[in-house]
Amino acid sequence: MPQVTFKVWRGNKDGGQFTDYQTDVTEGMVVLDAVHQIQAESAPDLACRWNCKAGKCGSCSAEVNGMPRLMCMTRMEDLPTDQPVTIEPMQAFPLIRDLVCDVSWNFEIKTKIKKFKPRKPDAEDGTWRMVQDDVDRVQEFRKCIECFLCQNVCHVLRDHHKHETFIGPRFIAYTAALEMHPLDTEDRLADLKDDNGLGYCNITKCCTKVCPEHITLTDNAIIPLKERVVDEYYDPIKKLFRMFKPKK
Amino acid sequence: MSQSSLSLPQQRGLGQTQRRDAWWLQPLVVFLGLGAFVVYSTWAAFQGANYEFGPYLSPMYSPLLFDAGTLFGQASVGHHTWFGAWPAWIPAFIPASPALIILTIPAGFRFTCYYYRGAYYKAFWADPLNCAVGEPRNGYRGENFWPLLIQNIHRYMFYLAALYIVVLTYDAVIATQFQDDWAAKGGKMLFGGEARAGFGIGVGTLVMTLNVILLGGYTFGCHCARHFSGGNSDHHSKLPMGKKPYECISCLNRNHMKWAWTSLIWVGFTDFYIRMLAAGVWTDWRLF
Ligand code: SF4
Ligand code: SF4
Ligand code: FES
Ligand code: FES
Repeated sequence: MPQVTFKVWRGNKDGGQFTDYQTDVTEGMVVLDAVHQIQAESAPDLACRWNCKAGKCGSCSAEVNGMPRLMCMTRMEDLPTDQPVTIEPMQAFPLIRDLVCDVSWNFEIKTKIKKFKPRKPDAEDGTWRMVQDDVDRVQEFRKCIECFLCQNVCHVLRDHHKHETFIGPRFIAYTAALEMHPLDTEDRLADLKDDNGLGYCNITKCCTKVCPEHITLTDNAIIPLKERVVDEYYDPIKKLFRMFKPKK
Repeated sequence: MSQSSLSLPQQRGLGQTQRRDAWWLQPLVVFLGLGAFVVYSTWAAFQGANYEFGPYLSPMYSPLLFDAGTLFGQASVGHHTWFGAWPAWIPAFIPASPALIILTIPAGFRFTCYYYRGAYYKAFWADPLNCAVGEPRNGYRGENFWPLLIQNIHRYMFYLAALYIVVLTYDAVIATQFQDDWAAKGGKMLFGGEARAGFGIGVGTLVMTLNVILLGGYTFGCHCARHFSGGNSDHHSKLPMGKKPYECISCLNRNHMKWAWTSLIWVGFTDFYIRMLAAGVWTDWRLF
């Protein structure tokens, strides 16, 4: 059983430092197991958030060796253990303690996005009819577990702290799921362009790279919405066409 | 442009990261790859000569609106030219190179391509250098303001680039029509026999055909093509041309990065191949 050194961030919003812990790593262990073992053996006050241990609740987001990951889905056997393994909290949100961040900003953002507004029901009993082909595309976005790793890695939030003017990839995909929904009639393009800062995304695809649900955020949500914004606001020929076309 | 009022960890400096992998490799390869291509294509574009050999025309010089070869000692205007010799009305301060007139289209197309944007923002502007790696600057405007709002022109570049594919397809077809003087210029038959004028396939024909295929895969996998073929609709069951075009384009689009690089490298090689033939360094082999 090899002993592995873990450099774990300890601290709060006022500051902190990496502290070294050693623990045995056994077959099949994930990083979250190691954190629990460290809590049991040497740091009972180490704060860490988790819930399902199955990659489905999105609670255990952190940075392992500098990359945003779910601790419960990061296998120890995939990490080099000849050097210390670093574990830090996410960097784009305020730190509460140790590995636990305050992610409430994300939930506030969500309330600001215009809600689903379906067209009039198709049948008299108040129900709708949809074709699978029409909903195929938006189903991908519904896999999101709100781990906020994509928000964390996005440099617009992480490095440039544009939390006031940019909603981040998770909520662009959330908007895409509504905007591309066959029943929805709401228009969110003006918000996307202005208040939600779609133009801040410079398509570097880091969000796509870290998403544990493998949602193709940049190619399937962000760029298609950028193209819809171009249709509406930047394409002169489209504008000309619209002048002669009755509004739906 | 307001910054967050949240109490956030301090911004990390340039290159600061806890990442252990070779995160610098990807931006470095992009920097060197794109840099090398820009240098080569600029050099090739300013040459103004050695862009055609027999039935082959360099893609960097196509469409050959005006032939500048006569200014560089060529006996007569080559048969690829659309409107004849380099006209006197073009002011002398414009370098006599047909490539400079048309290269703006593929250059503009690639410059505004969503894939390349993401790649060169990292490699040439360090914004970010790579994912979860510290950046050199505090300020950030992204594509939200001028000058980068210009990137929204990409769909117009796509229209022009699609026309370009038509022209290059035409060039590849013309590259099967050999003239009498091809052997005299240094062409050789791979399997012996007489080099007759007319239909034939040479290595150059294959090089140019592959070039169109790769450029076509890149161009028609464009996000704008994806948008027009169905991305702009919420009702994929009711698309005027059905779901197939959207699915095909999405399929190309999934590998857009690979198409982007292979087509870029091959365009450079196609020009280089024809340039080497025209300069008499390499021999063109004809299969039949
Ligand atoms: S692609 Fe856009 S949203 Fe995703 S990480 Fe990069 S800048 Fe952020
Ligand atoms: S999109 Fe992916 S990375 Fe982002 S919050 Fe959802 S599951 Fe997490
Ligand atoms: S504990 Fe639920 S995702 Fe890791
Ligand atoms: S997105 Fe790459 S060519 Fe259009």
